[in-house]
Amino acid sequence: MHKTWLIIRREYLSRVKKKSFIVITLLIPLLIAGFIALEAFLITGGNKQVLHVAVIDRSGLFKDNLTDGQQIFFSFVDAPDLQSLESQQSADGYDGVLVIPAIQLDHPTGFAYYSAHQLGLGPYEYITGQLNKVIQNRRMIEAGIDKDKLDQMKSDVSLIQPGISAPKGVDTAHITYAATVIGYIAGIFIYFILFFYGMQVMRGVAEEKTNRIAEVLASSVRPFQMMIGKVVGIAGVGLTQFLIWVILAVAAILVIGATVPGLSAHAGQWSEIGQMGTAANPQVAEAMQKAQNLMAALPITRIVLCFLFYFLGGYLFYAALFAAVGSAVDQEMTESQALTVPITLPLVISFFIMFNAIQQPNSPLSVFASIFPLSSPLVMIARVPFGVPGWQLALSAVLLILGIVCTIWLAGRIYRTGILLYGKKVTLKELAKWAVRKG
Amino acid sequence: MESILSIRHLTKAYAAHRAVDDISFDIQRGSIFGLLGPNGAGKTTLLRMITGIFYPDEGEVLFHGKPFNPLKDISKIGYMPEERGLYKKMQIGEQLIYLGQLKEMSLAHARERARFWIDRFDLHQWWNKKVGDLSKGMQQKVQFISTIMHEPELLILDEPFSGLDPLNSNLIKEEIFEMSRKGTTIIFSTHRMEQVEEICKHLVLVNQGVKILDGEIGHIKATFKKHEFRVTLEPEPVGLDRENPVFVVESRKEHTLVIKLKEGRTNNEALSYLMEKGYLICAFEEILPSINEVFITQVERSSRKTSPLPAV
Repeated sequence: MHKTWLIIRREYLSRVKKKSFIVITLLIPLLIAGFIALEAFLITGGNKQVLHVAVIDRSGLFKDNLTDGQQIFFSFVDAPDLQSLESQQSADGYDGVLVIPAIQLDHPTGFAYYSAHQLGLGPYEYITGQLNKVIQNRRMIEAGIDKDKLDQMKSDVSLIQPGISAPKGVDTAHITYAATVIGYIAGIFIYFILFFYGMQVMRGVAEEKTNRIAEVLASSVRPFQMMIGKVVGIAGVGLTQFLIWVILAVAAILVIGATVPGLSAHAGQWSEIGQMGTAANPQVAEAMQKAQNLMAALPITRIVLCFLFYFLGGYLFYAALFAAVGSAVDQEMTESQALTVPITLPLVISFFIMFNAIQQPNSPLSVFASIFPLSSPLVMIARVPFGVPGWQLALSAVLLILGIVCTIWLAGRIYRTGILLYGKKVTLKELAKWAVRKG
Repeated sequence: MESILSIRHLTKAYAAHRAVDDISFDIQRGSIFGLLGPNGAGKTTLLRMITGIFYPDEGEVLFHGKPFNPLKDISKIGYMPEERGLYKKMQIGEQLIYLGQLKEMSLAHARERARFWIDRFDLHQWWNKKVGDLSKGMQQKVQFISTIMHEPELLILDEPFSGLDPLNSNLIKEEIFEMSRKGTTIIFSTHRMEQVEEICKHLVLVNQGVKILDGEIGHIKATFKKHEFRVTLEPEPVGLDRENPVFVVESRKEHTLVIKLKEGRTNNEALSYLMEKGYLICAFEEILPSINEVFITQVERSSRKTSPLPAV
């Protein structure tokens, strides 16, 4: 046990002390922040393509009835047709010309859009939508339907979900939305963690083998201790990295809270926000109140605990397999490709099932995949925010733990043969043989 | 002398191939023991079973007369495998301390011993350098230190001089002799015969997983002598090979002959014959086979699968 601890310590320190560890640990949050900023920029309209559309309306039905969109602006021009518009040179400054013929209401055809550039799908749908709306309104009038009456008849219902406990003032639709976001983030995060650290384990093992230090170590410690030491040591590196990110995130929130007026007063005291926040900045206070209620509506403690469990469990499950493959690699890392397929394939498949599970958290596939140990680390964490029956969670956890015991045992057997085998290209079949043969 | 290590019917097979096939021998405490064999003879597999890295399919390893317990006894063994290496990116001192600790040394003791040996091999200015920055020869020295720093009772060296220049070879050789004088038992595995003759007292020769020779070097040479002698005579001998009932002349160079006794003849008969012929005998010396010759002939014989074990 003491020796295993020595190995864990070396594996951990040799990685944490490296410059690349610090660089990567700081770089990844920066990249994520940059990515989010880019997304925000795109969504909030830093990337808008504005269309100015000249409209020639020969029917006379549409004038002033087309509503400008956020990115599309209609201008009605006085010209009988496109040629005359062009000859007046008043087409300049427009991105395109919409020509509406003198249509029949029961048979509206012949709309044309002239432009040097093809319309994107969004603008296309917006323009046709506007045209349809005008035509429909006209038809209603023709049919003698009062528009005000029609508006009164319109209905807008929403579902409440009584089984889902939601505090007052929280829309269950918001809960679904928040659960989706948290499910996505947690699932994707675990996916990358498993890959990233699994690969590190594999590379570490392969390095010890190609360095020819494996046999030197094997004369002091059991190969199993070597493998466990590596897997646990790298898990420590992962947790350290994760802890640093959490601290950075909290620090970032505090700094933003302190610098944005109206938030500063409440950064540390969300509970009192109801009484105090309104005075300073009602909108922010309201948003925070909503967020707080939303957090209360989701099983946050359970999500965090499950995240840690599936993060560590999934890592141990897959890292052992990665270690086994690393031990079978000889010299060239490239040949490991074929050997990693049985590990990466279930991971990638789980990744896709995870996306499906967020859409349909209780479909048979989602339920199965969240219990089956190969996929449960990814799929269960995506389901947890939507609420998972206790028995499923328990079964999934027990199976994952059994699975870990299983993969570590199998990997240990492959490892102790592979780590000392040189000059031989190993096939999957041989790996399987090493795993099951006696002795 | 008591045996420090006894190998009893060790067998290990990989699939259909028997890497080690029913090998038994004893190693006396304090001896320098040679394990010889061509490449692929099964030496490394044998050593891995001795060091507890592999479990034998059959047979057992006795350490001080008791079954070898890898967990308990491993720290009393120092093993330098043929496939050896160090962490390239780890500092020398740190690495030696780490490897020492894995051999159950305390941190303080490991540090003290590492310093001692680093100074002894004139490497002190390299203490904080990474192994990757060292020359191959220096890396070998660090490797050697890591093998012996915990002062093992049994030191197992698999091709310890490969990759070393003559100067460093000698340095390591001196340390091996020094440790032997202090009572360390040494197993020396190689296919380099001249090193065996120089270093070992006792040897075992394996080929294709089977033991084909086991004995003291002197005995082995005597067993495989071909009854050849080098004789220097005065005056220059001529015509001795004609109608000679005692020996055959194999070669002649001026005054010196190489003769081979005929079946059933003795040294003394050869000497009497020469004296009767009136020669003055200036030198008379038996030509013993080198271990290299024994090795080659024995390996070839056993490879042809016509190998009755010679009694030694």
